[in-house]
Amino acid sequence: MTAPSSEALRVEHIAKRFGPVTALRDINMRLNYGEVLGLIGDNGAGKSTLIKIMTGFQQPDAGTIFVNGQEVKLNSVQQARELGIETVYQDLALINELSVYHNMFLKRELRIGPFLNNAAMRRQAREFLNQMGVNVPSVDVEVSKLSGGQRQAIAIARAVSSNAKILLLDEPLAAMGAKEGAQILDLINRLKSQGVAIIMIGHNYAQVLEVADRVNLLQHGEITFDKPAGKDLMDEITDIIMQEYRATKLGTSANGSVKSGTPTSA
Amino acid sequence: MADEALTAAPIPPPTSTPPPALAVLQKAWRFILQQRTLSVALIAVAMVIYFQLSKSVFLSAGNLQTLIQYISETAIIAAGEVMLLICGEIDLSVGSVYALAPFVMYYANQNGVPLLGGIVIALLVCAAIGFINGFASVYFRVPSLIATLGTQLLVSGVTLVITNATPVLTPDTFPKVTSFAKLFGNNPYFEISWTLAIVIVMQALLSMTPWGLRTVATGGNPLGASEVGIGANRIKMVHFMVASALAGFAGVLGAFRVGSTDPLAGGTTIMFNAIAGAVIGGTALTGGSGTVIGALLGVCVLGILQDGITLIGVNADYYYIVVGAAILAAMILNVRLSQLRKAGQS
Ligand SMILES: Nc1ncnc2c1ncn2[C@@H]1O[C@H](COP(=O)(O)OP(=O)(O)OP(=O)(O)O)[C@@H](O)[C@H]1O
Ligand SMILES: [Mg+2]
Repeated sequence: MTAPSSEALRVEHIAKRFGPVTALRDINMRLNYGEVLGLIGDNGAGKSTLIKIMTGFQQPDAGTIFVNGQEVKLNSVQQARELGIETVYQDLALINELSVYHNMFLKRELRIGPFLNNAAMRRQAREFLNQMGVNVPSVDVEVSKLSGGQRQAIAIARAVSSNAKILLLDEPLAAMGAKEGAQILDLINRLKSQGVAIIMIGHNYAQVLEVADRVNLLQHGEITFDKPAGKDLMDEITDIIMQEYRATKLGTSANGSVKSGTPTSA
Repeated sequence: MADEALTAAPIPPPTSTPPPALAVLQKAWRFILQQRTLSVALIAVAMVIYFQLSKSVFLSAGNLQTLIQYISETAIIAAGEVMLLICGEIDLSVGSVYALAPFVMYYANQNGVPLLGGIVIALLVCAAIGFINGFASVYFRVPSLIATLGTQLLVSGVTLVITNATPVLTPDTFPKVTSFAKLFGNNPYFEISWTLAIVIVMQALLSMTPWGLRTVATGGNPLGASEVGIGANRIKMVHFMVASALAGFAGVLGAFRVGSTDPLAGGTTIMFNAIAGAVIGGTALTGGSGTVIGALLGVCVLGILQDGITLIGVNADYYYIVVGAAILAAMILNVRLSQLRKAGQS
């Protein structure tokens, strides 16, 4: 296992545009093993885009990515996975038509020869979900029949069960009840103590601050704020965001940019 | 009072008790939705019984052969089509590929290639047509409904031009039918064996291998599948090529069966029957669900219906009315099923 607090993931000068929309302008970010980084920002700030670039699902227009200190080009999700990067996407990426256990093993199916080893996948999925405290009627049930929170738990279980070294969580608690949310936060803490490097996106700052060691704020396509999590951080972040909001509303935003995610007219 | 209400056991879900007859209907409805394959099989059996009771020649050896011949080739095409439908695509060109393939075999044979080699070349040509279909749909993002409508016309035009729109005798079928010709379609029992073998292999691929799982994922949630790292494009390309090659193989079987190779064979009729069979067998046109066995049963239902209607002496044009209605009903069932799925109930 990699030594904790050694560098897991670093990105430099990442930029990404979608047609006229500049989602990411110049992102610099670093993440260590055994660390939880909270990533926050407005809707449309580019958080999900950044995660998708880090997991090889999208390719940046510019910038470099380093995994374990080595520069890498992430051309595919599979390539990122081989480097130990796993993702819980905001849209969960579950297949409604497939059972819970097939979803959990999708793209890394257990087999006997060329055939699916359904018995083993079913058993392992069940064991893993029990261990995680996830409550589903049965691993045989189609994912379409689960509640929003259950679906989210399955997506998290899928990412965690593949022994990720670097875990990217895009709003993993959005649909969860208080108890289930707390369970996942505990899980994140456990993984952290095992040396896993984690990025967690969230809009509920209390939840983010509960597990994060450090918080990054993404604004206008850049990381504008990078501080260790502390008890006053919540107020500080809220202040920054509200200031920005008031300034925009008055049309006196310092650099004139209104909000990230708007067409670049320059 | 208020306290009592708060602490009372959770209110049981409203168990609306419908009258018994309605409850039975609801149960039957749910059963049909969930046990689609079984339902279609039951319909097929019921139709066999009905036609047998009305016309005792229905189950005669002669008529069974006719039926087998109708079903075999269409079901092979349907097997490929189902896989495409499951991964969210469709191929309308299978009927003209069906007509082209035996001509490729014929011309290869005329140029000194042994017949078996001719079949292989024909299948490769068909796979190449499937590749073009896939390329247009997957990489140029032309909806496959439109792209394959184009290749349907293109391929049948090419067939008509290179053949001068004239049928030829299928090799090995005249003056004497060789055992090679019998093996490749001239004998109904060999023909149905090919069909069953293909259906079993394709169904096993679909439901027992990672490839099948990823095919369902590709059609069920294309974005999610690619986020998981599934190469949806590659999966679709392969299914386009397989569907086209299977259509070509069905065409070869048909040419040996009939003894003449006709540029007008197959066409939109066989394409339509194959897709209708798949739909009746429970394949959703929206992707993500379907079975090859179901498609075989769907094709059987259509075959039995067409054959039976002709036998009992009803004007064969009624077939289209019945089939049209059956397809519509099947589609409604399929849509209803996916609605249930999306609503997360059932
Ligand atoms: N595939 C895409 N095509 C076009 N534009 C996109 C695409 N993906 C993201 N965008 C745009 O990029 C910007 C950033 O989107 P992103 O999803 O990364 O935001 P986010 O920070 O995750 O927001 P939220 O908090 O709402 O999830 C948005 O303006 C969005 O419209
Ligand atoms: Mg997002």
